[in-house]
Amino acid sequence: MTEKSSKRYRVLVGKPGLDGHDRGAKFIARALRDDGFEVVYTGIRRTPEEIAAAAVQEDVSAIGLSSLSGGHVRLFPAVVEALKKFHAEDIPVIGGGVIPDEDVVALKKAGIIEIFRPGTPLKKILAAFHQACESYHHKAFR
Amino acid sequence: MGEVAHLINGLRKHDPRAIGRAISIVEDSGESAEILLSSLDESLIEQTLVLGITGPPGAGKSTLTSRIISHLRKQGIRLGVIAIDPSSPISGGAILGDRIRMMRHALDQDVVVRSMAARGRLGGLCSAAGGVVRVMANGGCSTIIIETVGVGQSEMDIVRLADITAMVLAPGLGDDIQAMKAGLLEVADLLVVNKADRPGAEMLAMDMEAMIRNRKSSHETPVCRTVATEGTGVSDLVAAIGSIDQQHRASGEHQYRRKKSFQLEVIDRALEIIRPELFSTLKNLDGKHELDPGRTARRLVKMLLLK
Ligand code: B12
Ligand SMILES: Nc1nc2c(ncn2[C@@H]2O[C@H](COP(=O)(O)OP(=O)(O)OP(=O)(O)O)[C@@H](O)[C@H]2O)c(=O)[nH]1
Ligand SMILES: [Mg+2]
Repeated sequence: MTEKSSKRYRVLVGKPGLDGHDRGAKFIARALRDDGFEVVYTGIRRTPEEIAAAAVQEDVSAIGLSSLSGGHVRLFPAVVEALKKFHAEDIPVIGGGVIPDEDVVALKKAGIIEIFRPGTPLKKILAAFHQACESYHHKAFR
Repeated sequence: MGEVAHLINGLRKHDPRAIGRAISIVEDSGESAEILLSSLDESLIEQTLVLGITGPPGAGKSTLTSRIISHLRKQGIRLGVIAIDPSSPISGGAILGDRIRMMRHALDQDVVVRSMAARGRLGGLCSAAGGVVRVMANGGCSTIIIETVGVGQSEMDIVRLADITAMVLAPGLGDDIQAMKAGLLEVADLLVVNKADRPGAEMLAMDMEAMIRNRKSSHETPVCRTVATEGTGVSDLVAAIGSIDQQHRASGEHQYRRKKSFQLEVIDRALEIIRPELFSTLKNLDGKHELDPGRTARRLVKMLLLK
Protein backbone atom coordinates (compact mmCIF):
# COMPACT_ATOMS: atom_id res chain seq x y z
CA MET A 1 0.00 0.00 0.00
CA THR A 2 1.19 3.47 -0.80
CA GLU A 3 1.39 6.38 1.62
CA LYS A 4 -2.01 7.84 2.38
CA SER A 5 -2.76 11.52 2.55
CA SER A 6 -5.67 12.83 4.59
CA LYS A 7 -7.63 13.83 1.51
CA ARG A 8 -9.92 11.15 0.14
CA TYR A 9 -9.59 11.18 -3.63
CA ARG A 10 -12.48 10.40 -5.95
CA VAL A 11 -11.65 8.83 -9.30
CA LEU A 12 -13.65 7.33 -12.17
CA VAL A 13 -12.91 4.04 -13.92
CA GLY A 14 -14.63 3.53 -17.25
CA LYS A 15 -14.63 1.54 -20.44
CA PRO A 16 -15.39 3.49 -23.61
CA GLY A 17 -16.67 1.69 -26.71
CA LEU A 18 -18.04 -1.78 -27.32
CA ASP A 19 -15.20 -3.73 -25.71
CA GLY A 20 -16.68 -6.12 -23.13
CA HIS A 21 -13.45 -7.18 -21.40
CA ASP A 22 -14.11 -5.81 -17.95
CA ARG A 23 -11.85 -7.91 -15.74
CA GLY A 24 -8.96 -5.48 -15.92
CA ALA A 25 -11.15 -2.44 -15.22
CA LYS A 26 -12.76 -4.13 -12.21
CA PHE A 27 -9.37 -5.28 -11.00
CA ILE A 28 -8.06 -1.72 -11.14
CA ALA A 29 -11.22 -0.35 -9.47
CA ARG A 30 -10.86 -2.77 -6.58
CA ALA A 31 -7.13 -2.08 -6.25
CA LEU A 32 -7.85 1.64 -6.05
CA ARG A 33 -10.57 1.08 -3.46
CA ASP A 34 -8.21 -1.05 -1.39
CA ASP A 35 -5.72 1.78 -1.53
CA GLY A 36 -8.28 4.22 -0.12
CA PHE A 37 -9.71 5.80 -3.28
CA GLU A 38 -13.42 6.35 -3.82
CA VAL A 39 -13.99 4.87 -7.25
CA VAL A 40 -16.98 5.66 -9.43
CA TYR A 41 -17.28 2.71 -11.79
CA THR A 42 -19.40 3.36 -14.85
CA GLY A 43 -19.44 -0.15 -16.37
CA ILE A 44 -18.89 -1.34 -19.93
CA ARG A 45 -20.06 0.10 -23.27
CA ARG A 46 -20.08 3.80 -22.58
CA THR A 47 -19.52 6.56 -25.07
CA PRO A 48 -16.63 9.00 -24.45
CA GLU A 49 -19.21 11.77 -23.87
CA GLU A 50 -21.03 9.74 -21.21
CA ILE A 51 -17.78 9.08 -19.38
CA ALA A 52 -16.77 12.75 -19.52
CA ALA A 53 -20.19 13.96 -18.34
CA ALA A 54 -20.14 11.52 -15.43
CA ALA A 55 -16.62 12.63 -14.48
CA VAL A 56 -17.79 16.25 -14.33
CA GLN A 57 -20.87 15.51 -12.21
CA GLU A 58 -18.89 13.33 -9.87
CA ASP A 59 -16.10 15.92 -9.68
CA VAL A 60 -13.41 13.23 -9.85
CA SER A 61 -9.72 14.08 -9.62
CA ALA A 62 -8.66 11.54 -12.26
CA ILE A 63 -10.12 9.21 -14.88
CA GLY A 64 -8.90 5.68 -15.65
CA LEU A 65 -9.84 4.17 -19.02
CA SER A 66 -9.52 0.50 -19.92
CA SER A 67 -9.45 -1.03 -23.40
CA LEU A 68 -8.50 -4.51 -24.61
CA SER A 69 -10.02 -4.71 -28.06
CA GLY A 70 -8.01 -2.14 -29.96
CA GLY A 71 -10.46 0.74 -29.67
CA HIS A 72 -8.10 2.85 -27.58
CA VAL A 73 -6.56 4.66 -30.58
CA ARG A 74 -9.81 6.47 -31.26
CA LEU A 75 -11.64 6.22 -27.93
CA PHE A 76 -9.09 7.44 -25.40
CA PRO A 77 -8.45 10.72 -27.26
CA ALA A 78 -12.22 11.04 -27.74
CA VAL A 79 -12.66 11.11 -23.96
CA VAL A 80 -10.09 13.92 -23.74
CA GLU A 81 -11.98 15.79 -26.47
CA ALA A 82 -15.30 15.29 -24.66
CA LEU A 83 -13.75 16.67 -21.47
CA LYS A 84 -12.75 19.78 -23.41
CA LYS A 85 -16.33 20.16 -24.53
CA PHE A 86 -17.39 20.20 -20.87
CA HIS A 87 -14.55 22.61 -19.94
CA ALA A 88 -12.98 19.86 -17.85
CA GLU A 89 -9.78 19.11 -19.74
CA ASP A 90 -7.86 19.68 -16.53
CA ILE A 91 -9.04 16.31 -15.19
CA PRO A 92 -6.10 13.92 -15.83
CA VAL A 93 -6.75 10.76 -17.87
CA ILE A 94 -4.81 7.51 -17.38
CA GLY A 95 -5.20 4.55 -19.73
CA GLY A 96 -4.60 0.82 -19.55
CA GLY A 97 -5.18 -2.53 -21.25
CA VAL A 98 -3.85 -4.41 -24.24
CA ILE A 99 -2.14 -1.55 -26.08
CA PRO A 100 0.74 -2.00 -28.52
CA ASP A 101 4.01 -0.13 -28.08
CA GLU A 102 3.56 2.01 -31.16
CA ASP A 103 0.28 3.49 -29.90
CA VAL A 104 1.63 4.70 -26.58
CA VAL A 105 3.40 7.75 -28.01
CA ALA A 106 0.36 8.84 -29.98
CA LEU A 107 -1.92 8.45 -26.97
CA LYS A 108 0.38 10.49 -24.77
CA LYS A 109 0.50 13.16 -27.44
CA ALA A 110 -3.32 13.19 -27.39
CA GLY A 111 -3.28 14.01 -23.69
CA ILE A 112 -3.39 10.64 -21.92
CA ILE A 113 -0.82 11.09 -19.18
CA GLU A 114 0.13 7.42 -18.65
CA ILE A 115 -0.55 4.03 -20.24
CA PHE A 116 -0.30 0.78 -18.27
CA ARG A 117 -0.19 -2.61 -19.89
CA PRO A 118 -0.52 -6.18 -18.57
CA GLY A 119 2.25 -7.05 -16.16
CA THR A 120 2.75 -3.53 -14.75
CA PRO A 121 3.34 -3.69 -10.99
CA LEU A 122 0.23 -2.46 -9.20
CA LYS A 123 2.32 -0.15 -7.03
CA LYS A 124 3.29 1.82 -10.10
CA ILE A 125 -0.34 2.20 -11.18
CA LEU A 126 -1.49 3.33 -7.73
CA ALA A 127 1.37 5.82 -7.50
CA ALA A 128 0.35 7.29 -10.86
CA PHE A 129 -3.23 7.81 -9.63
CA HIS A 130 -2.00 9.43 -6.42
CA GLN A 131 0.26 11.73 -8.36
CA ALA A 132 -2.44 12.64 -10.87
CA CYS A 133 -4.93 13.44 -8.12
CA GLU A 134 -2.42 15.48 -6.17
CA SER A 135 -1.37 17.57 -9.14
CA TYR A 136 -5.01 18.10 -10.12
CA HIS A 137 -5.81 19.41 -6.67
CA HIS A 138 -2.73 21.52 -6.64
CA LYS A 139 -3.88 23.22 -9.81
CA ALA A 140 -7.57 23.39 -8.97
CA PHE A 141 -7.21 24.78 -5.46
CA ARG A 142 -4.24 27.14 -5.64
CA MET B 1 -14.42 33.63 -0.54
CA GLY B 2 -13.96 34.39 -4.20
CA GLU B 3 -14.32 30.76 -5.10
CA VAL B 4 -17.58 30.35 -3.20
CA ALA B 5 -19.14 33.38 -4.89
CA HIS B 6 -18.08 31.93 -8.22
CA LEU B 7 -19.66 28.58 -7.36
CA ILE B 8 -22.92 30.13 -6.19
CA ASN B 9 -23.13 31.95 -9.48
CA GLY B 10 -22.46 28.66 -11.28
CA LEU B 11 -25.20 26.88 -9.34
CA ARG B 12 -27.66 29.54 -10.42
CA LYS B 13 -26.69 28.89 -14.05
CA HIS B 14 -26.98 25.11 -13.56
CA ASP B 15 -23.31 24.78 -14.55
CA PRO B 16 -22.47 21.06 -14.10
CA ARG B 17 -18.88 21.73 -13.06
CA ALA B 18 -19.86 24.25 -10.43
CA ILE B 19 -22.48 21.87 -9.03
CA GLY B 20 -19.96 19.01 -8.90
CA ARG B 21 -17.33 21.17 -7.24
CA ALA B 22 -19.78 22.64 -4.73
CA ILE B 23 -20.92 19.16 -3.73
CA SER B 24 -17.32 18.08 -3.12
CA ILE B 25 -16.73 21.07 -0.88
CA VAL B 26 -19.83 20.28 1.13
CA GLU B 27 -18.91 16.60 1.28
CA ASP B 28 -15.47 17.35 2.68
CA SER B 29 -17.11 19.70 5.21
CA GLY B 30 -14.53 22.36 5.95
CA GLU B 31 -14.58 26.07 6.41
CA SER B 32 -15.58 26.76 2.80
CA ALA B 33 -18.43 24.30 3.20
CA GLU B 34 -19.89 26.47 5.91
CA ILE B 35 -19.52 29.65 3.88
CA LEU B 36 -21.05 27.95 0.86
CA LEU B 37 -24.01 26.45 2.71
CA SER B 38 -24.84 29.70 4.46
CA SER B 39 -24.90 31.53 1.12
CA LEU B 40 -27.58 29.28 -0.37
CA ASP B 41 -31.14 30.30 -1.12
CA GLU B 42 -33.40 28.65 1.47
CA SER B 43 -36.60 29.12 -0.51
CA LEU B 44 -35.32 26.80 -3.22
CA ILE B 45 -34.71 24.13 -0.60
CA GLU B 46 -38.22 24.45 0.75
CA GLN B 47 -39.75 23.83 -2.65
CA THR B 48 -37.99 20.54 -3.37
CA LEU B 49 -39.33 17.05 -2.87
CA VAL B 50 -36.76 14.76 -1.28
CA LEU B 51 -37.49 11.12 -1.97
CA GLY B 52 -35.68 8.33 -0.13
CA ILE B 53 -35.23 4.98 -1.85
CA THR B 54 -33.96 2.31 0.50
CA GLY B 55 -33.95 -1.46 0.84
CA PRO B 56 -31.66 -4.47 0.94
CA PRO B 57 -28.67 -4.84 -1.41
CA GLY B 58 -29.61 -5.94 -4.90
CA ALA B 59 -33.35 -5.28 -4.55
CA GLY B 60 -33.24 -3.08 -7.63
CA LYS B 61 -33.05 0.39 -6.06
CA SER B 62 -30.78 1.90 -8.72
CA THR B 63 -32.65 0.34 -11.63
CA LEU B 64 -35.92 1.61 -10.18
CA THR B 65 -34.45 5.05 -9.54
CA SER B 66 -33.44 5.23 -13.19
CA ARG B 67 -37.04 4.45 -14.20
CA ILE B 68 -38.44 7.04 -11.84
CA ILE B 69 -36.02 9.55 -13.36
CA SER B 70 -37.29 8.76 -16.88
CA HIS B 71 -40.83 9.25 -15.68
CA LEU B 72 -40.20 12.58 -14.01
CA ARG B 73 -38.11 13.84 -16.92
CA LYS B 74 -41.14 13.41 -19.18
CA GLN B 75 -42.89 15.89 -16.91
CA GLY B 76 -40.00 18.30 -17.43
CA ILE B 77 -38.71 18.00 -13.87
CA ARG B 78 -35.02 18.68 -13.32
CA LEU B 79 -33.74 16.32 -10.67
CA GLY B 80 -30.84 15.23 -8.53
CA VAL B 81 -29.83 11.79 -7.33
CA ILE B 82 -27.58 11.07 -4.36
CA ALA B 83 -26.50 7.42 -4.49
CA ILE B 84 -24.79 6.30 -1.30
CA ASP B 85 -22.64 3.18 -1.07
CA PRO B 86 -20.72 1.83 1.92
CA SER B 87 -17.01 2.53 2.39
CA SER B 88 -14.55 -0.28 2.98
CA PRO B 89 -13.91 -0.43 6.71
CA ILE B 90 -10.34 -1.55 6.04
CA SER B 91 -9.03 0.92 3.45
CA GLY B 92 -11.66 3.64 3.74
CA GLY B 93 -12.03 3.50 -0.04
CA ALA B 94 -15.19 2.57 -1.91
CA ILE B 95 -16.52 1.37 -5.21
CA LEU B 96 -19.51 3.45 -6.19
CA GLY B 97 -21.49 1.46 -8.72
CA ASP B 98 -25.07 2.69 -8.57
CA ARG B 99 -24.48 4.99 -11.51
CA ILE B 100 -24.06 2.04 -13.88
CA ARG B 101 -27.83 1.50 -13.78
CA MET B 102 -28.53 5.15 -14.45
CA MET B 103 -26.17 5.72 -17.37
CA ARG B 104 -29.03 6.16 -19.80
CA HIS B 105 -29.38 9.63 -18.29
CA ALA B 106 -25.66 10.41 -18.46
CA LEU B 107 -26.02 13.01 -21.20
CA ASP B 108 -29.17 14.60 -19.79
CA GLN B 109 -27.99 17.84 -18.21
CA ASP B 110 -31.16 17.96 -16.13
CA VAL B 111 -30.31 14.79 -14.24
CA VAL B 112 -27.60 15.50 -11.67
CA VAL B 113 -26.26 12.22 -10.31
CA ARG B 114 -23.79 12.15 -7.47
CA SER B 115 -22.30 8.98 -5.95
CA MET B 116 -21.29 9.24 -2.33
CA ALA B 117 -19.36 6.95 -0.03
CA ALA B 118 -20.67 6.58 3.51
CA ARG B 119 -17.09 7.13 4.75
CA GLY B 120 -17.87 5.30 7.97
CA ARG B 121 -18.74 8.57 9.60
CA LEU B 122 -20.03 8.29 13.14
CA GLY B 123 -23.20 10.11 12.33
CA GLY B 124 -22.05 12.87 10.05
CA LEU B 125 -23.42 11.20 6.99
CA CYS B 126 -26.71 12.96 7.56
CA SER B 127 -25.14 16.38 7.63
CA ALA B 128 -23.04 15.69 4.54
CA ALA B 129 -25.99 14.33 2.54
CA GLY B 130 -28.18 17.14 3.85
CA GLY B 131 -25.65 19.60 2.49
CA VAL B 132 -25.65 17.89 -0.90
CA VAL B 133 -29.45 18.14 -1.00
CA ARG B 134 -29.17 21.89 -0.41
CA VAL B 135 -26.58 22.34 -3.14
CA MET B 136 -28.65 20.35 -5.64
CA ALA B 137 -31.75 22.35 -4.78
CA ASN B 138 -29.78 25.52 -5.49
CA GLY B 139 -28.59 23.95 -8.71
CA GLY B 140 -32.20 23.89 -9.86
CA CYS B 141 -33.21 20.32 -8.93
CA SER B 142 -36.82 20.30 -7.78
CA THR B 143 -36.90 16.60 -6.94
CA ILE B 144 -33.98 14.91 -5.21
CA ILE B 145 -33.74 11.15 -4.81
CA ILE B 146 -31.50 9.63 -2.14
CA GLU B 147 -30.63 5.97 -2.72
CA THR B 148 -29.16 4.10 0.21
CA VAL B 149 -28.91 0.51 1.36
CA GLY B 150 -31.35 0.12 4.23
CA VAL B 151 -29.59 -2.05 6.72
CA GLY B 152 -27.48 -0.18 9.25
CA GLN B 153 -28.53 2.56 11.61
CA SER B 154 -26.73 5.36 9.80
CA GLU B 155 -28.51 4.47 6.59
CA MET B 156 -31.82 4.58 8.39
CA ASP B 157 -30.91 8.02 9.72
CA ILE B 158 -30.38 9.25 6.19
CA VAL B 159 -33.89 8.25 5.38
CA ARG B 160 -35.04 10.83 7.87
CA LEU B 161 -33.71 13.48 5.52
CA ALA B 162 -36.36 12.46 3.03
CA ASP B 163 -39.88 13.86 2.80
CA ILE B 164 -41.11 10.49 1.59
CA THR B 165 -39.39 7.13 1.82
CA ALA B 166 -40.00 4.11 -0.38
CA MET B 167 -38.71 0.75 0.83
CA VAL B 168 -37.80 -1.52 -2.06
CA LEU B 169 -38.03 -5.27 -1.51
CA ALA B 170 -37.63 -8.19 -3.86
CA PRO B 171 -38.29 -11.91 -3.72
CA GLY B 172 -35.35 -14.20 -3.16
CA LEU B 173 -33.53 -11.97 -0.71
CA GLY B 174 -35.07 -14.10 2.08
CA ASP B 175 -33.40 -13.62 5.41
CA ASP B 176 -32.52 -10.00 4.84
CA ILE B 177 -36.15 -9.08 4.56
CA GLN B 178 -37.22 -11.22 7.49
CA ALA B 179 -34.74 -9.41 9.68
CA MET B 180 -35.84 -6.01 8.43
CA LYS B 181 -39.56 -6.54 8.77
CA ALA B 182 -39.77 -5.22 12.30
CA GLY B 183 -38.41 -1.79 11.52
CA LEU B 184 -39.74 -1.72 8.00
CA LEU B 185 -43.00 0.05 8.49
CA GLU B 186 -41.54 2.60 10.86
CA VAL B 187 -39.49 4.22 8.12
CA ALA B 188 -41.43 3.46 4.94
CA ASP B 189 -44.26 5.57 3.53
CA LEU B 190 -44.71 3.02 0.83
CA LEU B 191 -43.44 -0.44 0.06
CA VAL B 192 -42.29 -1.50 -3.37
CA VAL B 193 -42.12 -5.17 -4.27
CA ASN B 194 -39.71 -5.06 -7.19
CA LYS B 195 -38.80 -7.96 -9.48
CA ALA B 196 -42.49 -8.73 -9.78
CA ASP B 197 -41.51 -10.90 -12.75
CA ARG B 198 -39.78 -13.32 -10.40
CA PRO B 199 -41.37 -16.24 -8.57
CA GLY B 200 -42.31 -15.41 -5.01
CA ALA B 201 -43.02 -11.75 -5.69
CA GLU B 202 -46.79 -11.97 -5.32
CA MET B 203 -46.38 -13.97 -2.10
CA LEU B 204 -44.09 -11.30 -0.73
CA ALA B 205 -46.49 -8.52 -1.69
CA MET B 206 -49.45 -10.28 -0.09
CA ASP B 207 -47.37 -10.96 2.99
CA MET B 208 -46.62 -7.26 3.28
CA GLU B 209 -50.24 -6.30 2.75
CA ALA B 210 -51.32 -8.69 5.49
CA MET B 211 -48.75 -7.20 7.82
CA ILE B 212 -50.02 -3.69 7.11
CA ARG B 213 -53.63 -4.73 7.76
CA ASN B 214 -52.68 -6.30 11.08
CA ARG B 215 -51.02 -3.14 12.22
CA LYS B 216 -54.35 -1.37 12.78
CA SER B 217 -52.96 2.06 12.01
CA SER B 218 -55.06 4.95 10.81
CA HIS B 219 -53.06 5.50 7.63
CA GLU B 220 -52.38 2.67 5.25
CA THR B 221 -49.04 2.02 3.62
CA PRO B 222 -49.46 1.30 -0.08
CA VAL B 223 -47.71 -1.70 -1.62
CA CYS B 224 -46.61 -1.20 -5.24
CA ARG B 225 -45.46 -3.96 -7.57
CA THR B 226 -42.78 -3.13 -10.13
CA VAL B 227 -40.49 -4.69 -12.70
CA ALA B 228 -37.76 -2.07 -12.74
CA THR B 229 -35.87 -3.69 -15.62
CA GLU B 230 -38.92 -3.21 -17.84
CA GLY B 231 -40.52 -0.16 -16.27
CA THR B 232 -43.71 -1.98 -15.33
CA GLY B 233 -45.63 -0.40 -12.46
CA VAL B 234 -43.45 2.69 -12.31
CA SER B 235 -46.18 5.15 -13.30
CA ASP B 236 -48.41 3.77 -10.52
CA LEU B 237 -45.52 4.13 -8.10
CA VAL B 238 -44.88 7.73 -9.12
CA ALA B 239 -48.60 8.47 -8.77
CA ALA B 240 -48.65 6.92 -5.29
CA ILE B 241 -45.68 9.06 -4.28
CA GLY B 242 -47.42 12.16 -5.61
CA SER B 243 -50.58 11.47 -3.67
CA ILE B 244 -48.70 10.84 -0.41
CA ASP B 245 -46.83 14.10 -0.97
CA GLN B 246 -50.10 15.97 -1.42
CA GLN B 247 -51.60 14.42 1.73
CA HIS B 248 -48.48 15.25 3.74
CA ARG B 249 -48.44 18.84 2.60
CA ALA B 250 -52.14 19.27 3.38
CA SER B 251 -51.96 17.65 6.81
CA GLY B 252 -48.81 19.42 7.94
CA GLU B 253 -46.85 16.15 8.07
CA HIS B 254 -44.48 17.49 5.41
CA GLN B 255 -43.67 20.59 7.42
CA TYR B 256 -43.33 18.51 10.59
CA ARG B 257 -40.80 16.17 8.97
CA ARG B 258 -38.78 19.02 7.56
CA LYS B 259 -38.54 20.48 11.03
CA LYS B 260 -37.51 17.11 12.48
CA SER B 261 -34.88 16.56 9.84
CA PHE B 262 -33.55 20.06 10.36
CA GLN B 263 -33.18 19.34 14.07
CA LEU B 264 -31.51 16.03 13.33
CA GLU B 265 -29.01 17.71 11.07
CA VAL B 266 -28.27 20.39 13.64
CA ILE B 267 -27.65 17.76 16.33
CA ASP B 268 -25.51 15.81 13.91
CA ARG B 269 -23.40 18.86 13.16
CA ALA B 270 -23.23 19.85 16.82
CA LEU B 271 -21.88 16.42 17.71
CA GLU B 272 -19.26 16.77 14.99
CA ILE B 273 -18.16 20.04 16.56
CA ILE B 274 -18.14 18.69 20.11
CA ARG B 275 -16.43 15.37 19.40
CA PRO B 276 -12.85 16.72 19.31
CA GLU B 277 -13.57 18.85 22.39
CA LEU B 278 -14.72 15.75 24.23
CA PHE B 279 -11.51 13.96 23.40
CA SER B 280 -9.28 16.79 24.56
CA THR B 281 -11.26 17.33 27.76
CA LEU B 282 -11.13 13.62 28.46
CA LYS B 283 -7.35 13.80 28.21
CA ASN B 284 -7.32 16.48 30.91
CA LEU B 285 -9.43 14.22 33.06
CA ASP B 286 -6.67 11.61 32.90
CA GLY B 287 -5.45 10.28 36.21
CA LYS B 288 -8.76 11.05 37.83
CA HIS B 289 -10.37 8.17 35.99
CA GLU B 290 -13.31 6.44 37.46
CA LEU B 291 -14.09 2.87 36.62
CA ASP B 292 -17.63 3.61 35.62
CA PRO B 293 -17.67 4.98 32.03
CA GLY B 294 -21.21 6.28 32.46
CA ARG B 295 -20.25 8.43 35.42
CA THR B 296 -17.07 9.58 33.68
CA ALA B 297 -19.17 10.58 30.66
CA ARG B 298 -21.47 12.71 32.78
CA ARG B 299 -18.52 14.39 34.45
CA LEU B 300 -16.97 15.01 31.07
CA VAL B 301 -20.10 16.68 29.75
CA LYS B 302 -20.40 18.77 32.91
CA MET B 303 -16.82 19.96 32.52
CA LEU B 304 -17.39 20.84 28.92
CA LEU B 305 -20.52 22.83 29.72
CA LEU B 306 -18.69 24.81 32.43
CA LYS B 307 -15.90 25.82 30.03
C1 B12 C 1 -10.34 -13.16 -20.58
C2 B12 C 1 -10.43 -12.72 -22.04
C3 B12 C 1 -11.69 -12.68 -22.61
C4 B12 C 1 -12.96 -12.93 -21.84
C5 B12 C 1 -13.37 -11.60 -21.15
C6 B12 C 1 -14.01 -11.77 -19.78
C7 B12 C 1 -14.24 -10.44 -19.13
N1 B12 C 1 -15.44 -10.22 -18.64
O1 B12 C 1 -13.38 -9.59 -19.05
C8 B12 C 1 -13.93 -13.35 -22.98
C9 B12 C 1 -13.83 -14.84 -23.17
C10 B12 C 1 -15.39 -12.96 -22.77
C11 B12 C 1 -13.29 -12.66 -24.16
C12 B12 C 1 -13.94 -12.36 -25.30
C13 B12 C 1 -13.36 -11.80 -26.43
N2 B12 C 1 -12.03 -11.56 -26.60
CO1 B12 C 1 -10.75 -11.70 -25.20
N3 B12 C 1 -9.33 -12.00 -24.03
C14 B12 C 1 -9.27 -12.39 -22.78
C15 B12 C 1 -7.79 -12.50 -22.35
C16 B12 C 1 -7.39 -13.95 -22.48
C17 B12 C 1 -7.45 -12.03 -20.96
C18 B12 C 1 -7.98 -10.64 -20.56
C19 B12 C 1 -8.05 -10.51 -19.06
O2 B12 C 1 -9.12 -10.61 -18.47
N4 B12 C 1 -6.90 -10.32 -18.40
C20 B12 C 1 -6.81 -10.19 -16.99
C21 B12 C 1 -6.92 -8.68 -16.62
C22 B12 C 1 -6.80 -8.49 -15.11
O3 B12 C 1 -5.85 -8.03 -17.25
P1 B12 C 1 -6.02 -6.76 -18.19
O4 B12 C 1 -7.41 -6.53 -18.55
O5 B12 C 1 -5.00 -6.80 -19.25
O6 B12 C 1 -5.64 -5.59 -17.19
C23 B12 C 1 -4.32 -5.35 -16.74
C24 B12 C 1 -3.58 -4.32 -17.57
O7 B12 C 1 -3.92 -4.35 -18.92
C25 B12 C 1 -3.89 -3.04 -16.92
N5 B12 C 1 -5.14 -2.34 -17.21
C26 B12 C 1 -6.24 -2.74 -17.85
N6 B12 C 1 -7.17 -1.78 -17.84
C27 B12 C 1 -6.68 -0.73 -17.19
C28 B12 C 1 -7.17 0.52 -16.91
C29 B12 C 1 -6.42 1.42 -16.20
C30 B12 C 1 -6.97 2.75 -15.87
C31 B12 C 1 -5.11 1.07 -15.79
C32 B12 C 1 -4.30 2.03 -15.04
C33 B12 C 1 -4.60 -0.18 -16.09
C34 B12 C 1 -5.36 -1.07 -16.78
O8 B12 C 1 -3.92 -3.39 -15.56
C35 B12 C 1 -4.44 -4.71 -15.39
C36 B12 C 1 -3.69 -5.40 -14.30
O9 B12 C 1 -2.34 -5.52 -14.65
C37 B12 C 1 -7.10 -11.58 -23.41
C38 B12 C 1 -5.66 -11.93 -23.75
C39 B12 C 1 -4.68 -11.24 -22.87
N7 B12 C 1 -3.67 -11.96 -22.51
O10 B12 C 1 -4.85 -10.09 -22.50
C40 B12 C 1 -8.02 -11.75 -24.62
C41 B12 C 1 -8.12 -10.64 -25.64
C42 B12 C 1 -8.20 -9.31 -24.93
N8 B12 C 1 -9.40 -10.93 -26.29
C43 B12 C 1 -9.39 -10.70 -27.58
C44 B12 C 1 -10.51 -10.89 -28.43
C45 B12 C 1 -10.25 -10.71 -29.92
C46 B12 C 1 -11.77 -11.26 -27.91
C47 B12 C 1 -13.05 -11.46 -28.72
C48 B12 C 1 -13.31 -10.43 -29.81
C49 B12 C 1 -12.96 -12.88 -29.28
C50 B12 C 1 -14.06 -13.26 -30.23
N9 B12 C 1 -13.67 -13.28 -31.49
O11 B12 C 1 -15.17 -13.50 -29.84
C51 B12 C 1 -14.14 -11.44 -27.64
C52 B12 C 1 -14.74 -10.01 -27.53
C53 B12 C 1 -15.45 -9.77 -26.22
C54 B12 C 1 -16.10 -8.40 -26.14
N10 B12 C 1 -17.41 -8.33 -26.03
O12 B12 C 1 -15.45 -7.39 -26.21
C55 B12 C 1 -8.05 -10.17 -28.06
C56 B12 C 1 -8.07 -8.68 -28.39
C57 B12 C 1 -7.20 -8.37 -29.58
C58 B12 C 1 -7.03 -6.92 -29.85
N11 B12 C 1 -6.59 -6.12 -28.89
O13 B12 C 1 -7.24 -6.50 -30.95
C59 B12 C 1 -7.10 -10.62 -26.86
C60 B12 C 1 -5.92 -9.66 -26.66
C61 B12 C 1 -6.60 -12.03 -27.18
C62 B12 C 1 -5.69 -12.05 -28.40
N12 B12 C 1 -4.37 -12.07 -28.20
O14 B12 C 1 -6.16 -12.08 -29.49
N13 B12 C 1 -11.97 -12.44 -23.92
N1 LIG D 1 -35.74 -9.82 -12.94
C1 LIG D 1 -35.57 -8.58 -12.49
N2 LIG D 1 -34.33 -8.12 -12.22
C2 LIG D 1 -34.19 -6.87 -11.76
C3 LIG D 1 -35.29 -6.00 -11.57
N3 LIG D 1 -34.85 -4.84 -11.10
C4 LIG D 1 -33.52 -4.95 -11.01
N4 LIG D 1 -33.11 -6.16 -11.41
C5 LIG D 1 -31.72 -6.66 -11.44
O1 LIG D 1 -31.25 -6.80 -10.11
C6 LIG D 1 -29.86 -6.49 -10.04
C7 LIG D 1 -29.60 -5.43 -8.99
O2 LIG D 1 -30.18 -4.22 -9.41
P1 LIG D 1 -29.74 -2.81 -8.83
O3 LIG D 1 -30.64 -1.79 -9.38
O4 LIG D 1 -28.29 -2.62 -8.99
O5 LIG D 1 -30.06 -3.04 -7.28
P2 LIG D 1 -29.70 -2.12 -6.03
O6 LIG D 1 -30.74 -2.34 -5.02
O7 LIG D 1 -29.48 -0.73 -6.48
O8 LIG D 1 -28.33 -2.75 -5.55
P3 LIG D 1 -27.24 -2.14 -4.55
O9 LIG D 1 -27.11 -0.67 -4.85
O10 LIG D 1 -26.01 -2.92 -4.86
O11 LIG D 1 -27.76 -2.39 -3.18
C8 LIG D 1 -29.45 -6.07 -11.45
O12 LIG D 1 -28.89 -7.16 -12.10
C9 LIG D 1 -30.77 -5.68 -12.10
O13 LIG D 1 -30.76 -5.83 -13.50
C10 LIG D 1 -36.60 -6.52 -11.88
O14 LIG D 1 -37.62 -5.86 -11.74
N5 LIG D 1 -36.66 -7.81 -12.34
MG1 LIG E 1 -27.81 0.52 -6.20
